[in-house]
Amino acid sequence: MAGGPSKEMLAEIASRPGRDTVVGSVVKYVLIGLSLAFLAALLFAPLATVFATALSKGWAMYFESFKDEDTLAAIRLTLTVAAIVVPVNTVFGIAAAWAIAKFEFRGKSFLITLIDLPIAVSPVISGLVYVLLFGAQGWFGLWLQERDISIIFALPGIVLATMFVTFPYVARELIPLMQQLGNDEEEAAITLGAGGLMTFFHVTLPKIRWGLIYGIILCNARAMGEFGAVSVVSGHIRGLTTTMPLHVEILYNEYNFVGAFAVASLLTLLAVVTLVIKSLVEMKRK
Amino acid sequence: MSFRQPSILPGFGLTLGFSTAFLSAIVLVPLAALVMKTATMGWDDFIRVLTDPRAVASYRLTFGASLLAAVLNSVFGFIIAWTLVRYEFPGRKLIDALIDMPFALPTAVSGIALTAVFAENGWIGEYLAPFGIKVAYTWIGVVVALTLIGLPFVVRSVQPAIAEVQRDLEDAAETLGASRFTIFRRIVLPTVMPALATGFTLAFARAVGEYGSVIFIAGNLPMRTEITPLLIVIKLEQFDYAGAAALGFIMLTMSFAMLLSINLLQTWGRRRLVAAGR
Repeated sequence: MAGGPSKEMLAEIASRPGRDTVVGSVVKYVLIGLSLAFLAALLFAPLATVFATALSKGWAMYFESFKDEDTLAAIRLTLTVAAIVVPVNTVFGIAAAWAIAKFEFRGKSFLITLIDLPIAVSPVISGLVYVLLFGAQGWFGLWLQERDISIIFALPGIVLATMFVTFPYVARELIPLMQQLGNDEEEAAITLGAGGLMTFFHVTLPKIRWGLIYGIILCNARAMGEFGAVSVVSGHIRGLTTTMPLHVEILYNEYNFVGAFAVASLLTLLAVVTLVIKSLVEMKRK
Repeated sequence: MSFRQPSILPGFGLTLGFSTAFLSAIVLVPLAALVMKTATMGWDDFIRVLTDPRAVASYRLTFGASLLAAVLNSVFGFIIAWTLVRYEFPGRKLIDALIDMPFALPTAVSGIALTAVFAENGWIGEYLAPFGIKVAYTWIGVVVALTLIGLPFVVRSVQPAIAEVQRDLEDAAETLGASRFTIFRRIVLPTVMPALATGFTLAFARAVGEYGSVIFIAGNLPMRTEITPLLIVIKLEQFDYAGAAALGFIMLTMSFAMLLSINLLQTWGRRRLVAAGR
């Protein structure tokens, strides 16, 4: 056939050494090496240190750390806070995503910016605002004192500060997902006579469930691990208002490194589980 | 134009009403309290708190270290993202998954772990000590902590953009005799730039507000290694609510400005993609 290059010629072209394949592979290995070195120093070494220090006096001492009353109280408090915060923020996330993804209205992008706000705000400020509202000298401080209600330095303050910090995660995960999926199926369901809730549970939820699961898991990880905001409102009362991350700080400052890193290792495992679930969710989506 | 476009889907009023009410109660009203608290202090007091030498030293450290960390993250974040998108090597998937670790890991854990690694008797610190380089309990430690915190933001912003770069354009440029560096500068960088700028700003914004991981490694010496969020905590502990609110107000204003620029950067990026016909 006339025209295009012959098979032999194509094969010959394919077998020609590239202009700089040697340089190319040098660049490749230098870049991989740089990436690994950077991650090793900043990420892998600290992660390994957590477990190495926690186990430095052996497994017996490691498990001994979890028999401490205050440590157990910290774990219980963290679980309690997450059990309150995560469901509430999940309901909010679904409601906000429904309103934003399914409808066109004015001020929508402004609303999205406001939802993202807690991510840009320093965690210390997230705690500070509640102290200014409910603290002893805050706006409602006197009113609360007269009624013997404590919010700051107590569970409600810790819950509020954690809620503020983890507020956007479910919504942020769901909004782009639901926007991408469109409204056609929901509109079909409504046209055929399904109610709003039925449409949500039978049409929308099955489509968004993996994104929802990841949002909840991420929200949970951030809720259990929050330090700055909780630190400001907690008052650091040992065994009463210290969550796991705060308890890590207390043990660390007492030079109880095995204890501090043992609690830290639990939080690290939580992060690992979160990432594993994230990877699974991403695989399911494909 | 009416407030919203008509739709047959139900639940608009309910979901929008609930989410704005909840948003107001949890985020907006408390933030308004901060602004109002700041407003109750006189202008002179406000300026005095903000220009206090200890506060000024803390801004320098907070913003300087955050900027340096964001620059480091832009360079290494780009290299890591490039490596993960373009090269195939054993463990690539695992490393890709671990990039989100600093985001999922509680900050207190990364704080004590980095301090242990970079202390003078730590795994890395012991090799730096003979050269007179001290990382833990100095400003360098602050930069290290902030770099770890910001890394996922740059990598995750840049990764999809690198995947977008048209390989055939690179091949064409190479055929036409462009050098590796020219290809990078004229084809790769322009495509990735908006995403890199977004990642840089996200990492910077996160670093400025960071507290948990920094306070362990910083040493927290007034005037030297004290970050602004820590100064707010110290003022609160001294029951100086107004002083804490004033510093918080300044940081909040900065966060607003950065959030706004992130949104503008993302719009810029989308426009460039549209202009490129994709």
